[in-house]
Amino acid sequence: MVRFIFRRLLQVIPVFLGTTLLVYYMVFALPGDPIAALFGERQPPQSVIDALRAQYNLDQPFWVQYGLFLKNLFTFNLGVDFTQQPIAAALARAFPVTAMLAIEALIIQAVFGIAFGVFAGLKKGKLFDSTVLVVSLLVIAVPTFVLGFVFQLIFGVQLGWAKPTVGANADWGNLILPAVVLGLVSFAYVLRLTRASVSENMNADYVRTATAKGLSRPRVVIAHILRNSLIPVVTYLGANLGGLMGGAIVTEGIFNVPGVGNKLFQAIQRSEGPTIVAIVSVLVLVFVITNLLVDLLYAWLDPRIRYDQ
Amino acid sequence: MTSNTEHFVAPVEETPLLATDAVKTDQAPLSLWADAWRKLRRRPLFIVSSLLILLLVTVALFPGLFTSVEPNNDCQLSNSEGAPTAGHPLGFTLQGCDVYSRVIHGTQASLSVGVLSVLAVVIIGVTLGALAGYYGGWLDAVLARLGDIFFALPIILGALVITQLPLFRENRSVWTVVMTISLLAWPQMARITRGAVIEVRNADFVTAARSLGVSKFGALVKHALPNALAPVIVLATLELGVFIVLEATLSFLGVGLPGSVMSWGNDISAANASIRTNPGILLYPAAALSITVLSFIMLGDAVRDALDPKSRQR
Amino acid sequence: MTSANIRIDEATAPVRPILEIKDLAITFKTGSGEVKAVKNAHLTIMPGETVAIVGESGSGKSTTALAAIGLLPNNGRVSGGQILLDGEDIAHAPEKRMIELRGSHIGMVPQDPMSNLNPVWKIGYQVRETLKANGRPDGPEDVARVLAEAGLPDAARRAKQYPHEFSGGMRQRALIAIGLSCQPKLLIADEPTSALDVTVQRRILDHLDKMTTELGTSVLLITHDLGLAAERADKVIVMYQGNVVEAGPSLELLRNPQHPYTRRLVESAPSLASRRIQVAKEQGVEAEDLLAPVAVAKERSTDEILQIKNLRKIYKLRQGLGQTSDFAAVDDVSFTVKRGTTTAIVGESGSGKSTVAKMVLQLEKPTEGQIVFDGVDTAGLKGKDLFKFRRRVQPIFQDPYGSLDPMYNIFRTIEEPLRVHKIGNAASREKKVRELLDQVALPQSMMQRYPNELSGGQRQRIAIARALALDPEVIICDEAVSALDVLVQAQVLNLLADLQDNLGLTYLFITHDLAVVRQIADHVCVMEKGKLVETGSTDDVFDNPREAYTQALLDAIPGGSLLLPPAVA
Repeated sequence: MVRFIFRRLLQVIPVFLGTTLLVYYMVFALPGDPIAALFGERQPPQSVIDALRAQYNLDQPFWVQYGLFLKNLFTFNLGVDFTQQPIAAALARAFPVTAMLAIEALIIQAVFGIAFGVFAGLKKGKLFDSTVLVVSLLVIAVPTFVLGFVFQLIFGVQLGWAKPTVGANADWGNLILPAVVLGLVSFAYVLRLTRASVSENMNADYVRTATAKGLSRPRVVIAHILRNSLIPVVTYLGANLGGLMGGAIVTEGIFNVPGVGNKLFQAIQRSEGPTIVAIVSVLVLVFVITNLLVDLLYAWLDPRIRYDQ
Repeated sequence: MTSNTEHFVAPVEETPLLATDAVKTDQAPLSLWADAWRKLRRRPLFIVSSLLILLLVTVALFPGLFTSVEPNNDCQLSNSEGAPTAGHPLGFTLQGCDVYSRVIHGTQASLSVGVLSVLAVVIIGVTLGALAGYYGGWLDAVLARLGDIFFALPIILGALVITQLPLFRENRSVWTVVMTISLLAWPQMARITRGAVIEVRNADFVTAARSLGVSKFGALVKHALPNALAPVIVLATLELGVFIVLEATLSFLGVGLPGSVMSWGNDISAANASIRTNPGILLYPAAALSITVLSFIMLGDAVRDALDPKSRQR
Repeated sequence: MTSANIRIDEATAPVRPILEIKDLAITFKTGSGEVKAVKNAHLTIMPGETVAIVGESGSGKSTTALAAIGLLPNNGRVSGGQILLDGEDIAHAPEKRMIELRGSHIGMVPQDPMSNLNPVWKIGYQVRETLKANGRPDGPEDVARVLAEAGLPDAARRAKQYPHEFSGGMRQRALIAIGLSCQPKLLIADEPTSALDVTVQRRILDHLDKMTTELGTSVLLITHDLGLAAERADKVIVMYQGNVVEAGPSLELLRNPQHPYTRRLVESAPSLASRRIQVAKEQGVEAEDLLAPVAVAKERSTDEILQIKNLRKIYKLRQGLGQTSDFAAVDDVSFTVKRGTTTAIVGESGSGKSTVAKMVLQLEKPTEGQIVFDGVDTAGLKGKDLFKFRRRVQPIFQDPYGSLDPMYNIFRTIEEPLRVHKIGNAASREKKVRELLDQVALPQSMMQRYPNELSGGQRQRIAIARALALDPEVIICDEAVSALDVLVQAQVLNLLADLQDNLGLTYLFITHDLAVVRQIADHVCVMEKGKLVETGSTDDVFDNPREAYTQALLDAIPGGSLLLPPAVA
């Protein structure tokens, strides 16, 4: 196990370096004056240009630039935005909000997705199963931003069950509506994956053997069907964290949640290149680390993984 | 003698002896594809989704058949957020444009982005994935790492960065969106293909072909790849839906298609302002988008079931 | 094991059978309506008795056994008859009652040790939950004891390991431990060892025998191997097409089969055939006359078409962190093959026999040594010469489901070698394909069909036709009949023998099954762990094995110890 963790850690490093290098190269090293390119047609104040040149060491060779950029990233020295506010401080305020939103969405999709998926899988072909399948197809087909507007309209404006927008004071309670919207699409995928996995495992030889041993049905379902079926689901949930972050950009924009996604959304609309690169890099870092954690969880769930590779 | 020691013989007439390993000749020959097709065309999911897709393709190719109203030129601000009237069944947008006509004309952008992106992803992903899976070695290692890097970049985040590139930002069109999507989405297709090719590359029929004198590459093209295509087809169908959503999302975020291109994503984004006064302006293009995505996802589901090796007869 | 008969004689009052199945019918619901998998099955197992059900795949033997423990698949149901366990009809017993009975009254040892243990739980846990569910003491020492009784060495430590850390034989022992852990009165053993190597198979069956005899457990043994059934069971039940066609005491049934199907089985069973030939020989009948096609055509030249000299194949095994160690899959193997004869390479899994085949086929490069084909060292073959070589040496592989491309119809499959080697035009190629189908005794109308429509034996015949398309001189059969039912296997072996006789083919026959070797080979090479341990003519090796390992392999042939009167042959 220790060796597995060590090896997995070693694999993370090139992925992180590669990803940030890719992002950095695309924004700063392609032909043309990067500063001018970052702003497009708008002309920023000279003070901002100077700050940017210093922040990104544009007078240095590319590899030095990139190295210094990494160093800045790890020391959370992310520079300033167009209003001369430090990006790091803004991120530090926004990050907990996004984390809350993502965790809430993750819980919603995991709990409901797995629960519905297990019941549908155990009763494959029955009415509950077919209903759930049709609903999941519908949910997948509606894009997150459409769902956001529709929910905002129905539950926020017309029914008044929740505040249509969150505003500055985000807490667990008023984040529920955006979290539902954010989690719903993945909920459908989790459901379908769990269902497929459960119905496949139900026919596994070891499940029949477990029944032949004299175990009660609940024991067979919990210890042998569920435990094995959850392995791919957990992997999906982890891999999907990236999807949640992408979705957060949309959801936070619609519900006016003061999170990282919203900051990014605003940065895009204002074409603030440096802010975009800083936020994306931090998000990639978070994503790579969570993926590592999921892999370890995966190895813990499935003993074969620890030895195979 | 008790019952358990006696020698029982069933009458021969009861179970007449059949020829060993007799050849069945009662059914028409059936290839795997024919078998899949036979299963497919009986599924309501497939019938509904393919009819819908047929309709969508017709709308995309010949929008003039469905509306005579010009989506951009006939706009009058006096009609802003107007209720449905004769000839304008879905009302008017904030700019006073005909919603129905815009929904009809928006089909083309969504479908072309979806189809072109899937084509690009299939070409890049299948080629690289098949080569990596079949030959292994350094190519596989390099591609695996490259794939990891793209996987580490959530697709919307990656798209945001790419669309910020000067080259992309200044020339926004269907093509930049297609390039952005395919640049970020090929690794998944490559992974699926690689896995499927690895599964068949050591199959006896591939080895048999090699010992017949078929070259290594020939065995990949003639035997390994065709047998690895089922998951590729399923993923491609599903991704058509996913890419259409992605395009709409990017357009909604303001980094996808330019405002000059008629698209559902742009329209939904613009309708944001009218959501409380006239939600229809937002809901109609949203419904069109959802129905399109639903069609492709249903099709993918049906195709997956039909190509499932477990349901094949032996 | 053999106590049942004695007990019956002693008992004055009739002893109640532990399991009695009467007129059992089982129906499956499928896409195309209801199918009767079992039509009329009946059997009786007395306390302490072992009863075997023999039949080919699809005969309903496993279905009958599963019904007895209430584990029919969801789409199957008992549609008639009774299953009496100790006098209680459990054919339609509620699930609650079945859960009480399973484990403590009826145990099961399943077929495939690889898929029947849950990969994510430790072995110890899987034993413990069985003990717990049946209300037995379930401490670590109990778990270790149960495993140790099944013959698992170092049981306490092994209990803490996962299934993937176990070999196939060890897994099967763990499954036997689980099946017998709660001392059931009846044990259902569904092909308990058919996935294992023959020597392991024998040891495990011996141990199972010992345990069930000690515990007085009745055993319902399901097997496709008549020899194994006769050797292990007091009574044999033969099933065919969902019916019991014959039942009776093992030896009686073997010596005096009445139903035509049983007779056919007895004639074809390779494990019995080996003995049969020897018995026949003692009567002064030449073995060649019994299996005439195997005889070497004398007028043909008998030069050494293949010479294998000091062949070696080393694989580098990764030991983590950039270190490697050498593993000799094939170690200093030398033998020769005469034109027109059959040479068998016999060995268990991991013996390196298939690696030899791959090297002869030029699909793997030898690390050292020479393969001389028709006087030419094959090491230097490249491009055109290699292409020509491929025309002359062709393979037939084991898995009948994997050896044909599912996307190619039969015509394209057989035509492919002709097209690759640019032989003839479309019309002449079609003619050749038709001829080849005739040669392997398949109707020409089959040309437009696809592999998924054919049975295993038919696919194997297509593979033979494809191999013959280029008129090769040598055919390498890598376990070519191992996956087939006994009767089909006999049919394919006969076809191969006929073809050899007609076309003067040379066979290199890779197999784990000594019984098959006896039927088809002129020469045998026995391999163990990469090394050639014994080689000689088939008769020599079978009659006077020089090596202990060969002897062990011979002993492991199920039914090999049964003496049949010559009348059967």
